Amino acid sequence: MADRVKALLASGPKVVNVGLVDFAASMRDQGVAVAQVDWRPPAGGDAEMMSLLDRLL
Amino acid sequence: MDLKTAIEAANAETARRIMASDPVLLDIAPAGEVIPGLRDRMILHSGPPVAWDRMCGAQRGACMAMAIFEGWAPTPAAAEELLASGAITFEPNHHHQAVGPMAGTITRSLPAFVVENRAFGNRAYSRKTDGRQQFGDFSEEAIDGLRQWRDVWAPSLARGLRHLGGLPLKPIFSKALHMGDELHNRPNAASMLLLAALAGPMVAAGVEKAALISTLSLATWDDFLFLGIAMASAKAATDPASGVEYSTVVTAMARNGTEFGIRVSGLPGQWFTAPSPRVEGLFIPGFSDADAGLDMGDSAITETVGWGGFVLGGAPGLLALVGGTPEQALAFSRDMRRITVAESPDFLVPALGFAGAPVGIDIRKVVQTGILPVIDTAIAHKDPGYPNLGAGIVRPPMDCFKNALRAFATKYGA
Amino acid sequence: MVVECAFLRSRYFDSVYLMRVAKRISGAPGIHAAAAVMATEKNLKALAQAGFAGAETFDPSPNDLVVAVRADSSESAHAVLDHIEEWLAREPVPATGAVFGSIEEAARDQPGSNLAVISVPGEYAANEARHALDSGLNVFLFSDNVSVEDEVSLKRLAAERGLLLMGPDCGTAIIGGTAIGFANAVRRGPVGVIGASGTGTQEVTTLIHRAGSGISHAIGTGSRDLSDAVGGASTLVALDALEDDPGTVVILLVSKPPGEATVRRLRERLARCPKPVVTCFLGTVPASGQPGVVEAGSLSDAAFQAVRLAGGHPDEGDHAAVAAIAEEARARLGPGQRWVRGVFAGGTLCYQAQQVLGDAGLAVHSNAPLEKKLLLVDPFRSEGHTAVDLGDDVFTLGRPHPMIDSTLRSERIRAEGEDPETAVLLLDVVLGFGSAEDPAGDILDAINAARRSAAERGGHLAVVASICGTPEDPQDLKAQAARLRSAGVAVFPSSVEAAAAAAAIAGAR
Repeated sequence: MADRVKALLASGPKVVNVGLVDFAASMRDQGVAVAQVDWRPPAGGDAEMMSLLDRLL
Repeated sequence: MDLKTAIEAANAETARRIMASDPVLLDIAPAGEVIPGLRDRMILHSGPPVAWDRMCGAQRGACMAMAIFEGWAPTPAAAEELLASGAITFEPNHHHQAVGPMAGTITRSLPAFVVENRAFGNRAYSRKTDGRQQFGDFSEEAIDGLRQWRDVWAPSLARGLRHLGGLPLKPIFSKALHMGDELHNRPNAASMLLLAALAGPMVAAGVEKAALISTLSLATWDDFLFLGIAMASAKAATDPASGVEYSTVVTAMARNGTEFGIRVSGLPGQWFTAPSPRVEGLFIPGFSDADAGLDMGDSAITETVGWGGFVLGGAPGLLALVGGTPEQALAFSRDMRRITVAESPDFLVPALGFAGAPVGIDIRKVVQTGILPVIDTAIAHKDPGYPNLGAGIVRPPMDCFKNALRAFATKYGA
Repeated sequence: MVVECAFLRSRYFDSVYLMRVAKRISGAPGIHAAAAVMATEKNLKALAQAGFAGAETFDPSPNDLVVAVRADSSESAHAVLDHIEEWLAREPVPATGAVFGSIEEAARDQPGSNLAVISVPGEYAANEARHALDSGLNVFLFSDNVSVEDEVSLKRLAAERGLLLMGPDCGTAIIGGTAIGFANAVRRGPVGVIGASGTGTQEVTTLIHRAGSGISHAIGTGSRDLSDAVGGASTLVALDALEDDPGTVVILLVSKPPGEATVRRLRERLARCPKPVVTCFLGTVPASGQPGVVEAGSLSDAAFQAVRLAGGHPDEGDHAAVAAIAEEARARLGPGQRWVRGVFAGGTLCYQAQQVLGDAGLAVHSNAPLEKKLLLVDPFRSEGHTAVDLGDDVFTLGRPHPMIDSTLRSERIRAEGEDPETAVLLLDVVLGFGSAEDPAGDILDAINAARRSAAERGGHLAVVASICGTPEDPQDLKAQAARLRSAGVAVFPSSVEAAAAAAAIAGAR
C-alpha cells in the first residue's frame, strides 16, 4: 500500500490547482487549502518549440 | 548519457563557472593599449554587429562624438560624413572581451576599466558610463566629459589602483547588494565603496592636489561611476562560461538600439537577434515615449550574471520602476528563478529573504515558460544629439530565444 | 496654458520615484505635463528648457524639491499642487493572492500538498500531470483528450512513485469529505466508491446520501481505466487504498463495461478483497456469480445494495407512483406522438437511461449507444427513440460542458419539442460543486417552449426528469425540484426511475 495514497485519504486533500480557478474556489469554500498555479501554455502554444522542448527539456 | 542529461550537466558547469568568478579591478588604461584587436580608426559599440546605415540615432550620435574626441573629424557634420564613408570600422565590444553601457562606444584613447577574473585568468574591459555622450550627445560639453576622464580622472584613479595592487571586487558586490544596489541602474553604494577604497591610495600614490580634488568630486557625485566596473566584471565572469558543449545557458544579452542579441554557451561565436524592443519607461521633464529610441547597451550583461532586474527587489530606490512595492519586485525575482539554473551563494538580497541572485538564464526555460528576462535600463533619444532621457524596464524579444533553441537543436541533433 | 510650481524645502526623493510621481500627475484632469525633480541648478535649467519656466524665482537650493505642472488653467494646476503631499505618497498596494508559477513551486511553498487538480487543455495535461507526479503529488486529472499512450505511461509513473492518478477525463472525486471537480455534498459514511465516470459516481453517492448512509471516499479512475489498453491501473490502486482505509466498510465499483482481459484480472483481485464489494458495470457484462461480489444491474441498485451491505435500510422508491404518473401522461398523448427523446448532460446517466429503456424493449439511438448499430447518423438530429449525451466531445469542442452552460441543451430541448413525434422528453439535472448555479432554471424556458409547441399541435409533451443531488448541495435540491414541477415536469430522484417512467409513457401502445 502506497503511503502517499494512504496519507491523502487519511488527512484529506491539500491541493495544488492547475487550470480552472472555479475548482480552486469551490475547494476553498469547503475549507481546503489550495495553491493556485498561474498556468500558461508551454512555449505560448508554439507547436514547433514544444516539439523541440520535448527533446531538450 | 542522453541529451537531456548532457544539457543539465553542461548547464550546471556553465553556472558554476559564472559563480566561481573572482574579479579584480587591475587598472584603468587607454583602451588601445589593453583591448585586444582594437585598432586605430575603429569604434567598438554595444550590441550585436551593426553597420552605419542600420545604426540607431543615439549610437550614431555617440560615434560622432568619438570621432571628434579622437581628432578624426573637427565638427559633428564632418564626423557624420567620415563615419558614413566607410573609413571607420565598427565592431561589437563583445568581440573584443569588452562591454560598454548604452551606445557603448570605445576607441583607442578612451581609458577603459581592466578587470581580471583571478579564478580563470582572463580579462575583460569596459568604459566609464556618463549621462551624455554614450546617449548620443555630441555637444562640446559632452565631449569635454570624455576629455576630463582621459586626462584627469582615469589617470588619477589608475595611480591609486596600481598603488593598491588591484582592488578585489567580489566583497564590494556583496556589500553593495546589501546596501540597496542591484549593480545596474543602482550602483550608488558600490560607487561610494570604490571611492572609499581608492581615496587613500590616490593620496599615497602622490596624485597632485587639483587632480585629486577633481577626481574625488567625480567619485562623490557620479552615482554611476561603478557601473562600468560591474559590467566588466560580469563580462569577465561570462567569458570563461562560454563554449561549454551542450549548455543552453545565456552568456550575453546585448542591444545596439536596432537589434537585441543573445549568445549561448553551447553555441559559441553566434548571435541570435531580433529587433530591439521598446522600453517601458519613466522620463525626465520634457521628454516622453514619443522621443525614446529602442533598447540599447551591453549593460544587460549584469542581468546575465543575475544582477540588475533579476534582483530588483533588493534595490529600494528602483522599486518605482515597477509599480512601487517590494511584492511586485519580489515577483520579478521569483519569475527569474524559474528561467535560471542556479542561485548565487555569494550575492544575497536581504529584501528577498536573502535569496541568492538567480544565475544562468536557460533558453529552454525561457521558451517553455514564456517568461523573458527582466532588464532595468536607461533610455536614449531616437535621434542623435541628446543626453539621458529616463529609465525603465525592458524584456528581450522571444524570437532571440526561439532562434537560439532552433540552432541548438540543429547542432546537437535533437 | 499656465505653468505653476510648488517647492518643498529640504525634501529628498529618489529621482526614479519622482519620475513616477510626475507620470501620475500628468494624468490628472487639466494637466498637460508635469515634472518633479530636486532643485539642482542642472535640473532647473532642464525644467526651463522643457517649458516649465518660472521655477527660478523661488531661490531654491539643491536640497529642495520642485514640482512643476503645465495645465489648462490655474485651477487645474492648484488642484494638484495644493495637495502635493498626497501625490508624493506611495501608490496603493494592489492585493496579491498566492499564485504560483509552477506545480513544483506551489508544492514547495505549500508544505503538505498531496493532490494536484489539473484541468488544463488536453494537449498540455499529460505534461503537467508528469510534473505533479514528479513533485510527489497524487493527481486528479480532469482534462480529457489525453492519449491512451500518455495515460498508460502516466499510470506507470504513478505506480513507481506510489501515487494515485485519477483520470484522465476524471470528473468526480470525494476525498475525505471534500468534493473535487463535479461532485456533491454528501455525508461521510461507510461506502467507498471507485468510479470510472463522473455522473455515475455523482448518481450513486447522492443516492447513498439520500438513503441515509454516506461516503468514505469516492475515487475517480478515468473513463478508460478499465479498458484493456490501460488495464485498470488506477482501479487497482484505489481498491488497495479503500481496502486499507479503516472508514470504508463496503466498496462500490462503477464503470461502463470493462475490457475482457481486464474484467478477468479485476475479478481475480476482487476475490481476494476482504470487504464486501458491489460492482455496477453498465451495459452488457454477463454476471459471473462471483462470491463476495454483488453484481448490481443499475446505478440505483448498486447504491441501495451498498447501503444495505453497510447495514442501512434504503427506501427504493415508489413503483406505484411511477406507474400512476406514466398512466396519466400516456392518456394525454396525441396520436402521432411516439418517441422518447432523452437530452442529457451526464454521460453515464444517458447510458443508464438507454439500458432501462432497452430493458423495456425500446431501441434507443444515441451518439454514445449501447450497441453500435444504434449510433445516430447525425448527433445533432434525433431519430426514433433517442438519448443524446451533450457532454460528448462533438458538442463540447470549444464550448463549456452542458453541466455549466445550458445553451446547447436548451436548443436541443426546443428542437425535440418541435418534432410532432416526440412523446416524452427525458432529462437529467445534475447539482453539486462545479455545476451551474441554477441548472433547473436554466432549461425552464426551453421546456416551456417545447411543451407549448406540442400543445399548439393539439398534443401533450410529457417531460420527465431526474435530479442528481443532495439537500446539502449549493443549488438547493428542494427549490430545484419545485421549479421543475411548476413547469409540469415529473421529477424523480434517480435516472433509473425517470427512464422507467419515460419507457412506461412511450412504451408499446
